[in-house]
Amino acid sequence: MISPAEISSPGRVVTTGLADGVPAGGAEAHVRADSFWVYYHGKAAVSDVTLSIPSGQVTSIIGPSGCGKSTFLRAINRMNDLIPGATTDGGLYYDGHHVYGEDVDVTVLRKRVGMVFQKPNPFPKSIYDNIAYGPRIHGIRDRSTLDGIVEKSLHRAALWNEAKDRLDDNALGLSGGQQQRLCIARALAVDPEILLMDEPTSALDPKSTARIEDLIGEFRGRYTIIIVTHNMQQAARVSDLTAFLYEGYLVEFGETEQVFTRPREKQTEDYVTGRFG
Amino acid sequence: MSMHLFRDLENVRQELLAMGGLVEEAINKAITALVNRDETLVAAVLEGEEVIDQKEVDIAENCLKVLALHQPVASDLRFVVACMMVNNDLERMADLAANIADRARFLIGLAPISIPEDLIGMTAMARKMVKDSLDSLVNEDAALAREIIQRDEEVDETHRLMYQTVQDHIRQNPDTLDEAVHILSVSRQLERIADHATNIAEEVVFMVEGQIIRHQSDAGEMPPK
Repeated sequence: MISPAEISSPGRVVTTGLADGVPAGGAEAHVRADSFWVYYHGKAAVSDVTLSIPSGQVTSIIGPSGCGKSTFLRAINRMNDLIPGATTDGGLYYDGHHVYGEDVDVTVLRKRVGMVFQKPNPFPKSIYDNIAYGPRIHGIRDRSTLDGIVEKSLHRAALWNEAKDRLDDNALGLSGGQQQRLCIARALAVDPEILLMDEPTSALDPKSTARIEDLIGEFRGRYTIIIVTHNMQQAARVSDLTAFLYEGYLVEFGETEQVFTRPREKQTEDYVTGRFG
Repeated sequence: MSMHLFRDLENVRQELLAMGGLVEEAINKAITALVNRDETLVAAVLEGEEVIDQKEVDIAENCLKVLALHQPVASDLRFVVACMMVNNDLERMADLAANIADRARFLIGLAPISIPEDLIGMTAMARKMVKDSLDSLVNEDAALAREIIQRDEEVDETHRLMYQTVQDHIRQNPDTLDEAVHILSVSRQLERIADHATNIAEEVVFMVEGQIIRHQSDAGEMPPK
């Protein structure tokens, strides 16, 4: 874990006035971008981003629509590969391995780097089969092992009590908030180390949102969480670190408390106080 | 920033400045009442205290409203938090001005005595600190605020010396013991007014720079570039 002083050290501010985001003192970086770019048909959506996301902490990525935050998030488990015309440049590392390296098995990468989307997207299958889907793909066939994974995943996603008596029901019968927790359970079922969350509560009511935020808090230390959110109060509530992206560039990266009380950069100040964006 | 937040923040700012003006006026009137033995001014200060108390409550409520409705962050959050603290300091300063007015009322009822020169100097220093602290708030001037913080030590030292001055006075004029005690009390009120002006200056530094500098021996020094 990196200390606040290591992140906020003035010596770490680089040309654009942002922290370069590289944890000092050999702190463990789980995900590291090094002058990383993403292009759509040659047009940069993420530009020259350098930052290090520490293990076991919650990192928020904020910024106005079109700033590249979702693109950056999707780059981490190569979801952008599915978008025609998407290319990358520079370094993006996961546990020191280049995410876009030639030897990377994308299936394995996505097992270790799970993702939860804005809109709950359960498969039109039973609750049980939704959770067991990933483990089955990875070769687990033993029923009792799958039973254990389903129960553990639903417990971790705080859905077990609501779902345990209806595991064979169609997942589409769950409420929106339950569906989103099911999607989280589904992501957890393959035992990921990193959880990417792309506006995971924007389609949910306040109570369901609070349950997801509580889950994020419980995941701290167990998983590395990277969350994209338009809800700045949510970023302030749930995350340890906050990165502010604007027009593809990383403007500021620091402790959430610092970013929301004493932002270093005027652009960050203007954005978080609602003066633009 | 939404127009609603802008409007509510501006409202708090205007109310706080109006209150600052009233408090500055109360201090000036209380001191003038003391020096000129003016009972009308004593009454004006004591009556004005209620108005200031009500303003303090109004401002606190408006700050809470901004926090609850807009959940401000960064400079907006620091502004609201600083306003709440400044509001409290201003109300305490008004109480101290009322205490000085009370002392003036007692002194008016006693035989006239000469006001020690150091006390006159101290009133000038304290009044300037109050005025400058409000100016630093209006202009978001952290450099001026830091300068005010440095001045507080001079007022404290003058107050410490006042004990000796008053003791000497009592030894030489034992029949004016009551008057001398009131004078010492006025010195104490002025020293505390200067402390609150220092608090306001510290809150201005927090508002502008985001640094909490309370309880720091080098609070008045400029931060390294």
